[in-house]
Amino acid sequence: MASRKNDRQWDAIIRPRNGWFDINFRELFHYRDLIFLLVKRDITLLYKQTILGPAWILIQALLHTLIFTVVFGGIASLPTDGMPQFLFYMAGNLVWAFFANTLRQCSNTFVSNSNLFGKVYFPRLAMPISSVLSKLFNFLVQFLLFVAFLVYYAVQPNTAVHPNWQLIAFTPLLLLQVGMLSMGLGIIISSMTTRYRDLTLLVNLCVSLWMYATPVAYPASMVMDKYPHLIGLYMLNPMTPIVEYFRSAFLGTEAFSLAYMPLSVGMTLVFFAVGILLFSRIEKTFMDTV
Amino acid sequence: MSEHTLEIDHVSKEYRLGAIGAGTLSADLNSWFARVRGREDPNRKIGDTMPTGGHEYFFALKDICLSAGRGDALALVGRNGAGKSTLLKLISRITAPTKGEIRLRGRVSTLLEVGTGFHADLTGRENIYLNGAIQGMRRSEIDKKMKEIVEFSEIEPFIDTPVKRYSSGMYVKLAFAVAAHLDPDILICDEVLAVGDVNFQQKCLGKMADVSRGGRTVLYVSHNMRTVKQLCTRGVYLENGRLVYDGTVSHAIDLYAGSGMRAVDRDLDAMRRGRLLGTQMRMLRLRVENSESMEYQMDEAIEFSLTFRSSVPESRCRLRLVLINNAAAPVAMTQTEDFSVSAGDETTLRVRFPLDNIAPGEFSIQLSLVGGDPRGSSLYYDMLENVGHFVIVDDPARTAGFLWTESLWGNMRLRGMELMG
Repeated sequence: MASRKNDRQWDAIIRPRNGWFDINFRELFHYRDLIFLLVKRDITLLYKQTILGPAWILIQALLHTLIFTVVFGGIASLPTDGMPQFLFYMAGNLVWAFFANTLRQCSNTFVSNSNLFGKVYFPRLAMPISSVLSKLFNFLVQFLLFVAFLVYYAVQPNTAVHPNWQLIAFTPLLLLQVGMLSMGLGIIISSMTTRYRDLTLLVNLCVSLWMYATPVAYPASMVMDKYPHLIGLYMLNPMTPIVEYFRSAFLGTEAFSLAYMPLSVGMTLVFFAVGILLFSRIEKTFMDTV
Repeated sequence: MSEHTLEIDHVSKEYRLGAIGAGTLSADLNSWFARVRGREDPNRKIGDTMPTGGHEYFFALKDICLSAGRGDALALVGRNGAGKSTLLKLISRITAPTKGEIRLRGRVSTLLEVGTGFHADLTGRENIYLNGAIQGMRRSEIDKKMKEIVEFSEIEPFIDTPVKRYSSGMYVKLAFAVAAHLDPDILICDEVLAVGDVNFQQKCLGKMADVSRGGRTVLYVSHNMRTVKQLCTRGVYLENGRLVYDGTVSHAIDLYAGSGMRAVDRDLDAMRRGRLLGTQMRMLRLRVENSESMEYQMDEAIEFSLTFRSSVPESRCRLRLVLINNAAAPVAMTQTEDFSVSAGDETTLRVRFPLDNIAPGEFSIQLSLVGGDPRGSSLYYDMLENVGHFVIVDDPARTAGFLWTESLWGNMRLRGMELMG
């Protein structure tokens, strides 16, 4: 292409289709304030015209944990790797909620923003990225509550809770992984929902079912005990080692599933890369199909 | 090297007609499965003879080449469906072209709608930040301009109130204030000024004119020819997705106003009209009898004959003519005296319309057949806009030696005032 030579003189060149690897990260970086403001908007809207405002984030986490403690811990008496039930369920719930909420919101990127996307251009990736960050904020608020309970249980005499500082040091990376995994999957789905709306319904259903395939309400060791021959299949779920890692880091559970962490990381990277590629391929013309 | 800020290079945009897929995954799988087995597609529309998978395409834009430089204020004019908005969408990167390439230099701001991205629950100030950021502004820039934006918007006391409590006028003012302070290198506007009060509209136009005078590029789409004239320095006329003319604003507007209407013999029967019009009485044909070119000298008269059919009797029928100027504003109305028709008649009226009070310029004609009512209201049997288009040639000899300036003096030329001694 002869014109390629002169490309530098232009700030933007609009061509029919991007190449697969034509992602403009520099531009995305220029719009970092937009990402920040979108996150701020999400957070601000939490307390506009509400009585309890951000307290809802905490109430959500507490209620979920309480229900799990009563149903799975109390009624079903599922084991919790010897940990206090409340703390065990809370840890699982926090990580899972971060993942599931991000996935749900990202998978709606195109459909719920089609009005905005149809009127003005900005790097579309700003939307899912801001979704991840605002869900991360929710997670961190809940995490503070979790730490409070953790300290309470950890200082009890004869406590089973022994935080593993080495593992804790890497939890920021774990959160990054959850963010990438949920965003990757979310934008893959959102790219497909531009043509198939019913996928949105499917996502909600699948996410609720997926939780039961993840050691949120029970420990992975239980699966190992009851269905040892299915453990390979079970570990194909990239969220399994993630939830287990979080528990071993803060509660000190023995987690054999950490051996499967590289698989989970690999899957995360693949989903993330595929998601970004698909998304940037779709974003240019999705307005014609949505 | 050229100093263009915008180059549009052989751009086409193609759309596939009809629904794309069936919209749900299951229906598409269904169709696919039927195709695999060689059966008929269960989701195909009845009467759809095309084989599945084949689609009809249509070009919303075809092979457009256009460039603009600093200080250019381009008006894109054309009828609905000519491709103006599609072109703006391509330039503002909302969707991508099918063929060709668009090259841009500098920041592009798009105003396809006022208040894009406004959130009802956020306050005016919060929305200024969000809206500015969506348009590509950095937070520090917004901080710097905050005061100006608030002043321009004229709603300072309410700036910390959620915008859902705003009146629609305030909302528009705030939105435009943000847009006006974006400092874009290329500003793209689509009919956004159709809202807001007249004073504010003028203020916005002034601001936009500043943008182009300040060495930026403005692309403007509007059906309001008055604002187009006021703002733009160059006119581009589009018709059916093709660029027909690129040159002066006034000629582009002429093309727009005259597109397909300078005919002296016109089939009115086939023209589209509003609902319920043209059923009881229908205008069939219009023939101009004293001109080939539809150009008239001042003080001449247009003579035409109108054929219409009526299926109802009407004793107080009359023909009404409304004159429309270039800015799509009505100038004046005149009508015939009452005449009567009976059911089943096909009547040809011969009409003379004297132009002595009309100032030089371009006009189009709206014709209607109305029935009078003893109480003074009128019943519209048929009405057609743009049935004819004519020019009154300016002749300084008849206007005391100066050229008529429509924007200053209007479209009516009144008889001279008398000094009463």
